[in-house]
Amino acid sequence: MSIKEHFEIPKRYKTWSLALMGIGILSIIVGFMMYGSTTRFWSALLQNSVYFLLVVNAAMFFFCASTLAMGGWQLVFRRVTEAISACVIPIGIITFIILLCIVFGKKDGVYDWLNKDLVSKDEILKGKSAFLNTTFFTVWTTLSIGLWTVLGMKMRSLSRQTDNAPLSIEEGKKYIFKNTVWASLYIVWFALTVASTVPWLWLMSTNAHWFSTMYSWYTFASTFVGGLALISLFVIYLKNKGYLEYTNHEHLHDLGKFQFAFSIFWTYLWFSQFMLIWYANISEETIYFKNRFAGPYAGLFYLNLTINFLAPLLIYMSRNSKRNYTTVTFMSVALLFGHWIDFYQMVFGSTIKDHVPMNLFDFGIAAGFVGLIMWQTGVVLSKYPLLAKNHPFFKESIIHHT
Amino acid sequence: MAIKKFAVGCFDDEAVLFSAIKKVRSSGYKIHDVYTPMAIHGLDKAMGLRDTALHTAGFIYGITGTTTALGGIGWVFTSDWPINFGGKPHFALPAWIPITFELTVLFASVGMVLTFCYLCQMAPFVKKHHFHLRATDDLFVMVIECTPKTNETEVINFLQSAGAKETNIQYAETGWWLGRYDKERKPFERKETALV
Repeated sequence: MSIKEHFEIPKRYKTWSLALMGIGILSIIVGFMMYGSTTRFWSALLQNSVYFLLVVNAAMFFFCASTLAMGGWQLVFRRVTEAISACVIPIGIITFIILLCIVFGKKDGVYDWLNKDLVSKDEILKGKSAFLNTTFFTVWTTLSIGLWTVLGMKMRSLSRQTDNAPLSIEEGKKYIFKNTVWASLYIVWFALTVASTVPWLWLMSTNAHWFSTMYSWYTFASTFVGGLALISLFVIYLKNKGYLEYTNHEHLHDLGKFQFAFSIFWTYLWFSQFMLIWYANISEETIYFKNRFAGPYAGLFYLNLTINFLAPLLIYMSRNSKRNYTTVTFMSVALLFGHWIDFYQMVFGSTIKDHVPMNLFDFGIAAGFVGLIMWQTGVVLSKYPLLAKNHPFFKESIIHHT
Repeated sequence: MAIKKFAVGCFDDEAVLFSAIKKVRSSGYKIHDVYTPMAIHGLDKAMGLRDTALHTAGFIYGITGTTTALGGIGWVFTSDWPINFGGKPHFALPAWIPITFELTVLFASVGMVLTFCYLCQMAPFVKKHHFHLRATDDLFVMVIECTPKTNETEVINFLQSAGAKETNIQYAETGWWLGRYDKERKPFERKETALV
C-alpha cells in the first residue's frame, strides 16, 4: 500500500480558511462600530475566544490522557490531534489579549468584581477578592495559557522525534516513559486549570456572586466533547482527501463512542448542577437559572439540552451510526455548535440578563475562529508527516478494532 | 435436542486458530463453535457469526425501565397521593430523573444478563457438554459438526494440518440438561474415539 505521508493544503481549503478569518476580522470591526467597547461586544469576544481555546486545548488533553492510559489505538490519527492542539498558540494569544483588555479596560459589565465601589460595599465580593482581583487574574491567565502552550509544544516535539529514527526495544521503553512523564505534567496542570480554576475565573466570575463547584467540570466536559468532534471532523476530512490510509471505521467508532460517552457525562454534570439548585431552591443559587430556565434564555436552555443530550443519546446509541462517516460528520458539527450555544448562555446569561442579543456578529466571530483553527491545523499538518510511524504502539493502532 | 457427532481440534496459538478457521470455512466444513479461555477480538467476524441483537434487547428493557419509573412516580405523585414537597409542583420532573435513570439502568442490566444467560443456555444446575476441559484454561477448542457425508479421518487430518495440537471425535448432546458436574456422568455417553 502506498502511503501519502504529507498533507498538501488544497487550494479551496486555504481560500475557505482565509475567507472565514476575514469574516471574523470584519465582524469584530463592524461589531466595534455598532456596539463600541460595550459589554455586548466584549461578551461575544470572551465567549468565542474562551470556547475555541478550550476546545483546541481539549485535543491536547485527549492526546495526553491516552498517552497516560497507554492507549495505542489513536496513533494512526495522532498527528491530527497534535495539529489541532497547535492552535492553542494563536488562539491562546488572542484569548490572552481579550481577557487582559476586559480586565484592564475595567469592563465591569462583563466581570462585576472589577467594580471597586461595588466590591467595597459587598461582603460576599469582598470575601472573594483574594481570588477575583486583577493581579491574580493576570498571573493565573498568563501561567495557564503559557504552560498549556509550552507543555503542548514539548509533547508535539517528543512525538516528532521518532519520525526519522526507528526505535529499538530499549529506546522504545525509554521513549514511552518520557512521554508518560511529560503527559502527566500536562494533565496535572490541566487539572489545576481547566478542570478547576480557569472556568471559575474566566466564565463563572461573570456572575461573581453566584458559584457552583461543579461548574469547571461541566465546562471541561463541554469542551472535551467539542474537541473530540473537532478531531473527528479533521480525521474524516483527511480521509475524504485520501490521506490517513490506516485510519478506518474502527477508529471512527471509538471516536464516536468517546463523543457519546462524554455527551452523557456532560449531561450528568449539567443536570447535577441544575437539579441541586432547583431542589434546594435557595434564592442566591436559583438566581443563575432565573433568566435561563424561565426567562428570555429558556429557548437556548432547551436547545442546549436537545443538541447536546437528546441528539447524541438517540443518534449515537447504535453501533452503526458511530461507524458511519456521514452520521459522525453531522453529529460532530451539531455538537460543536451545541456546545458553542452552551457557552453562549453561560456568558450572555450573566452579562446581558434581560434579552438574548444573538445576531450575525456572534456567528461572524465564531466563523473567524473556525477559519483560524482550519488555517493553523492545516499548516501544522502539512509541515510534518501524517503518521507517527515509529511510535512503539503504531502497529497496535493499525490492527485496532472494536 | 439431539446427540451429534463432532470433530474436535485444540489449538494453543491464537494466530494459528485464526488461519485454521479461515481454512475450515473455505473448505466447507461446518463450525459448530469455538471455545476460548478469553474473549478474542474479531473471532466472531472470522467465524462469520451475525451481530448479536442483545443490545437491541437492552434498549427495549431500558425504555421499559424509563416508562415504569416515570409512569409509577407520575401516577403516585400527581393523582394517587399528591404531597406538597417544599412548594414544588406535583409534577416535579427534575426530582424524578435520578430514580428514572436508576430504574432504566436496573431494567436494562438485569434484563440483559437474563437474556444473555438464556441465549447461552446458562443457569444454575443447567449442564452442557464440555468438549475439552482446558478450553477454560489455555486451549482454543474448535468443534466441527460431522454430517453423514463427512469423512472423519479426513477432517482430523485436515485439523492437524491446520495446526491443531490435539484432535478427537466426540458424540455430544447439543442442548442442556439438569445435573451437576461433580457427581453426574453423562447420561448419553457413547464411545469416544480418540484418534492419534
